[in-house]
Formats: sequence, C-alpha cells, structure tokens
Amino acid sequence: MNIVRYKRYPQSDLSVTLDQLTNMRDELDRVFESSFGAFFRPLGSLNRWNPAVDVYQDKEQFTVYAELPGLKKEEIEISLNGDTLTIGGERKHEAKADQGFRTDRYFGKFQRSLTLPVSVNSEKVNATYKDGILKIVLPKAEEAKPKQIPVSLN
Amino acid sequence: MNIANQQKSDSPVLAGQDQQPVQYVTPLADVESTQEGYTIHAEMPGVDKSGLEVTVDNGELTILGHRHVEEFSGEPVYREIRHTDFRRVYELDPAIDTSRIAARIDQGVLTLTLPKGESVQPRKITVE
Repeated sequence: MNIVRYKRYPQSDLSVTLDQLTNMRDELDRVFESSFGAFFRPLGSLNRWNPAVDVYQDKEQFTVYAELPGLKKEEIEISLNGDTLTIGGERKHEAKADQGFRTDRYFGKFQRSLTLPVSVNSEKVNATYKDGILKIVLPKAEEAKPKQIPVSLN
Repeated sequence: MNIANQQKSDSPVLAGQDQQPVQYVTPLADVESTQEGYTIHAEMPGVDKSGLEVTVDNGELTILGHRHVEEFSGEPVYREIRHTDFRRVYELDPAIDTSRIAARIDQGVLTLTLPKGESVQPRKITVE
C-alpha cells in the first residue's frame, strides 16, 4: 500500500502560482467572452508562442493582422471553417551555438483561432505576409453587410 | 501573447514643453555565441530595412526599429499588438571587432553578426 502525505495547506509553489495565473486567464477569457461573444479563443498554455493579433472591421470586411516574424510564407497555414478563422504554423529553430545560447523568443508550433461574428465570403479571402506581419482580409458575405432601408411615407 | 518590456526615457513631460517621452518596446531576441563571434536575432515585426537603425558607440550596440504604420480601414475590434517602435541596447564584449559587424533584416527578424577580432582567436605561438 502506498501512503501519500495529505497536504492540507499547500505551500506556495509553482503549481499554485500557475493555478492562480490560469484562474486569472479564465477571468480574462470570461471578460472577452461577455464583450465579444466568444469572439476570440486563444489556445495553448502560457508557455507556448501566442502571436499577437489585431482585428479591425468596417462595413465591407474584416482585417486581421498577426505578428509572425521570421517565417516563410509556406510555413503559415490559414484555414477558414465556416466563420472560424485559424492561423497556424511552426517556427523551427536551428541552434548553431557551441558556446552559449540565450533567448526570449518562442519557437515551435503556434495556433490561434477566431470566430467572426458575421459570415464572410470565403472565396474572396486573401492574405499577405510582409515584414513579419500577416495580413488577412476577409470580405463580409453580401447578406451580412449593413443595408440601408429606405423609409417611405404612405 | 508575447511579453515585452517597456523602456521609457528619463525626461518627464513639463507643461509648456514640446518634449514627449518616447516609449519603446524591447524586441524579443536571442544571442548565440561561438568561437568566431556572436549572432543576435531580434524580432521586430513591421520593421523593414528603411526603418532600422543600428549604431555602435563606446562599446554599446543600440538597435532601433521604426514600425511601418499601415492605415487600417474601419474600427478596431480587438487589439493585442503594441504599436510602438523597438529599442534594445547591448553591451558588447570587447573582443568583438566592431568594424565587421553586419546586419540584415528579413520578415521582421534582424540578424546581426558580430565577429570577434582576429587577435582574440586562440593562436599558437611558435617558439624560435
């Protein structure tokens, strides 16, 4: 039989701090959920590469910018599933140092998904990658664009 | 989300003065070192060759990256990107030959090669 010590008062160790951080993250997620209606779901743990994104919209389209420095455009995968846009890829790293290596950069796989609040015209979506910034333009579907309704007097 | 440090300049804003403290973001970077020298990669998305300033002064290397600002159409719905210029300062190992420092930038990543001076390479001394 294995006797496991019962920890009544867990010490402040890393796991507790991480729990608190994840709670804070859940809180933040909840804030975003209430404001944007589950618009944005960052995936992954705190240690993964979570590229920063900006989303803009006007009457005609959404524009999404993602900061993805140091990739080749073949390494970026963009997919649209209904109203959910997913940006993913992998940044590989070759360490050539034989004496030392310090980094605060992230490497490895990344993925971010966003659900857009209105339908987009998937055939007219286009993406460009310049200076490490990915720009995706998603034109709104015709029926989703705001329409002016004329008022007539009877 | 990337965690970036902010570096503010020291001067406060006084009433009636035009001076504004410029804020910068520290770019994420890595430093590799080999026997021949060092290689620094600094991430500065939105910066191209024209927006880049690299200076060496008195044993200090300063990297300044000015972001290319694009006019966005419409209103922001969700913003995470810090729209500030980049700045990072390194103190150089005196073994580096500053006249041979090379820089190039590709897709927002600046690669700096800092070779060590010839005289610092281990050398066999012949005994006469």
